[in-house]
Amino acid sequence: MRTPASIKLVAGLGPKGWLAVAITALVAWVLVPLAHLMLPESHPLHVSTFAITLIGKILCYAVVAVAMDLIWGYGGILSLGHGLFFALGGYSFGMYLMRQIGREGSYQSDLPDFMVFLDWKELPWYWTGSDHFLWAIFLAVAVPGVIAWIFGYFAFRSRIKGVYFSIITQALTYAAMLFFFRNETGFGGNNGFTDFKRILGYSITAPETRLVLFGLSVALLLGTLILGRVLIASKFGKVLTAIRDAESRVMFIGYNPLHYKLFIWTVSAMLCGLAGALYVPQVGIINPSEMSVANSIEIAIWVAVGGRGTLIGPVFGAAIVNLSKSWFTTSFPEYWLFFLGLLFILVTLYLPQGVVGLWAKLTRREAKAAAAQAKAETPAAPAARNSESNAAELPAGAAKGASA
Amino acid sequence: MRRFLLSLGLVLGLCATGARADLDPAALKGLASDDFDAKQAAITGLAATGDADAERVLKALADDALAVAGGRVVITAGGQVLDAASGAAIKPAPANPESIGLNNALRQQVDGALAALRLFSADRAERLAAAKLLLADMGDGAALLPILDKAVKAEADGEIKTILAQLHAQARLTSPDAAVRLAAVQTLGESASPAVKALLLPLIEKQGDAYLETDDKVRYAAQTAIKSIEGRLAWSETAGQIFTGVSLGSILLLAALGLAITYGVMGVINMAHGELLMIGAYSAYAMQTLFRASFPDFVDYYLVAAVPVAFFVAALVGMAMERTVIRHLYGRPLETLLATWGLSLVLIQAARLLFGAQNVEVANPVWMSGGVQIAENLSLPWNRLVIVAFSGFVLLLVWLMMNKTRLGMFVRAVTQNRPMAGCVGVPTARIDTLAFGIGSGIAGLGGVALSQIANVGPDMGTGYIVDSFMVVVLGGVGQLAGAVWAALGLGVVSKFLEGWAGAVIAKILVLVFIIIFIQKRPQGLFALKGRFVEN
Repeated sequence: MRTPASIKLVAGLGPKGWLAVAITALVAWVLVPLAHLMLPESHPLHVSTFAITLIGKILCYAVVAVAMDLIWGYGGILSLGHGLFFALGGYSFGMYLMRQIGREGSYQSDLPDFMVFLDWKELPWYWTGSDHFLWAIFLAVAVPGVIAWIFGYFAFRSRIKGVYFSIITQALTYAAMLFFFRNETGFGGNNGFTDFKRILGYSITAPETRLVLFGLSVALLLGTLILGRVLIASKFGKVLTAIRDAESRVMFIGYNPLHYKLFIWTVSAMLCGLAGALYVPQVGIINPSEMSVANSIEIAIWVAVGGRGTLIGPVFGAAIVNLSKSWFTTSFPEYWLFFLGLLFILVTLYLPQGVVGLWAKLTRREAKAAAAQAKAETPAAPAARNSESNAAELPAGAAKGASA
Repeated sequence: MRRFLLSLGLVLGLCATGARADLDPAALKGLASDDFDAKQAAITGLAATGDADAERVLKALADDALAVAGGRVVITAGGQVLDAASGAAIKPAPANPESIGLNNALRQQVDGALAALRLFSADRAERLAAAKLLLADMGDGAALLPILDKAVKAEADGEIKTILAQLHAQARLTSPDAAVRLAAVQTLGESASPAVKALLLPLIEKQGDAYLETDDKVRYAAQTAIKSIEGRLAWSETAGQIFTGVSLGSILLLAALGLAITYGVMGVINMAHGELLMIGAYSAYAMQTLFRASFPDFVDYYLVAAVPVAFFVAALVGMAMERTVIRHLYGRPLETLLATWGLSLVLIQAARLLFGAQNVEVANPVWMSGGVQIAENLSLPWNRLVIVAFSGFVLLLVWLMMNKTRLGMFVRAVTQNRPMAGCVGVPTARIDTLAFGIGSGIAGLGGVALSQIANVGPDMGTGYIVDSFMVVVLGGVGQLAGAVWAALGLGVVSKFLEGWAGAVIAKILVLVFIIIFIQKRPQGLFALKGRFVEN
């Protein structure tokens, strides 16, 4: 008998999880807007526009980090090209935002400014329908999804993995960046898209619009986390982690890793596309440098810092790295690369499980110390040994509920 | 006494002027005319005489020293006034000489005429220089035609004569007589120069409905001529493309050889490999600075000193990287990727702090500048030739090291089967360090080569990691022959694609090709023979 999806969903998160979701939603959708709109700027609890934009941006990064974690932490596939899918989503939605400018550009034309500049007379075919909001959202999911599917199909079918796969994804995003840098490609070349005016008719700089975008980012992140939890707790997730740990054995048992890898890879790319689509209106610009090799590798370090193979870790990782980035680049710009470089080295050397793993280790040590104390008093039970990987993160009940 | 001196001067003056005929003052009158055509004709006439007096007058004209005074054309030189026709001083100096002005078109004609006059110089080098000058910019050819006629007949030197023949034909292209034009086109058709092709192209162009060239025969001859020139140009263009491809390939080879060794031995990709290239290039820069400051006499040989320095600096950095970071990540290739990326960030930023964020200037030594002219449109620059030879030399050394030394045997053993090599007593950990050092040193050598043809800056290496990895993937792991074929093949193919579709599309096409290639041959062009099991 199959368990209905709704029961899987409820069981997948557990009461504690749902409580966390509810609290986050309350903070994001009620308290933050109130603090931003109602409190005067001098008030200590006032949330500034800068803070909302910064946090909104980090939320989008966090979605990308979770998507990355799904393939790297659970699938064992390290992509160094996820910036491409993020940027493709951003460009898809950026096309809509460019059309929303209407005739308010510098050249007062129906066409976006850069096309007037190139002396183009009409929109290229791939801009068809870009003035429809829903079509733009659809593109933001579909374009990264289709490209990821095609690329993944060929890569996974010939069993490209490990560093081969990583370098080829890096080459992919590099080639795409070069492609988007060309003016003739029709996406604004070097400058990309910017100077957005409105979204669905609302001014893009209005505080209310920003709050709605912020709320949507929170919703997307929560949705991603819930989806990730359901996927990971399902049978699918079990096979996926098995492929990560011993692909050949899984094949001998009779599973075809291609379908599993391809599915999670495509889902991950689509999530990145959505995150990109939310990112662009909040920061107000998208250009090919989002596809640069360095950006994509940074995504991997968010996940590594937070903790691979845990869903909440990447969220922390994205927040830690990006908050320190905005602090360093304003205070000590010349030391940011040193910090980032050392972060890469030290985290991989000394924190293979990230901060979440560190936290789990510390709490376990406390538990062990307590157990040792108890043992000293009653010398009998051997200290329980937690198995490695994500046992600390996954509630035991979740796995049982789904795998029936 | 004074009278004696005066008469002596007079005699000397007579001798000087008596040696040649004076210019016709009437011909000079044209120069003073206000009419453009008359002036032009006068200059042409002067040039056609081809003698030293004419040159003197034209030079004066070019220097704005020619003037009209008292109905005569005179040259004002210093405080003196000389008669233009004879070159003798006029005493007393006429009052208020009125300078003869030139507009741009005339000035160009005068310059051309002066160059043409030098075609009659006794010095061969000067004649050659003058001919080349005219080849580069002849100006109004028709005006020079008479003088070229003369020059072609007078010239005895073969090299100069070929140039002159071409110039002569070029000048006749503008002739109003169709038969003359036809002959000129036929002469030009024997050339193999892109400049001549450009010259002939207007003859077959249309303006509105009418052809620029009205005579059908001439037009037809021009078409044939262009075709035969193109045929001659084609092979040298292809040869040029192959050469640039090979030189790109040899850079790729230097970058990829080190990576092939480390990837083969340890199975990890060193993302800081490009930064080792950067370190090599900065070593060349440091040696250049040192030589300029301390041994200015030997500054041309700084590159020779840079080669060992770059090798050892890069090798030391590489071994330090292996000892401190990579060794501890053994068996976790993906984490190694990230950690070495972190290393590359640190190295880039360190270079920025040490040498500044701007690109630094690394000059070609004198013996590497210039090139070998193979054909009219094909010249192989020395710096690229040297780099191709250098990478061949490095390849030879690596081959010797891998195949003829004990260390090389150990490296190959660890590449093929690490646990087995360890079992029979190969010190695998030490081999790792050494192999990494050698691979890094080779990257440093690549950096020296790169410093001669590319910009040297902190992030010069970032683009190379993908390209070098493609070479390794294509060639097969741990195979020198594979790396060589893959590097040269990728170099030549991407240069040809660039010529055909542009640099960006070429890059994308190469990437697509490699992805398809891996589908068919995941083990690369040259695979190690043996049975392996994954995981």
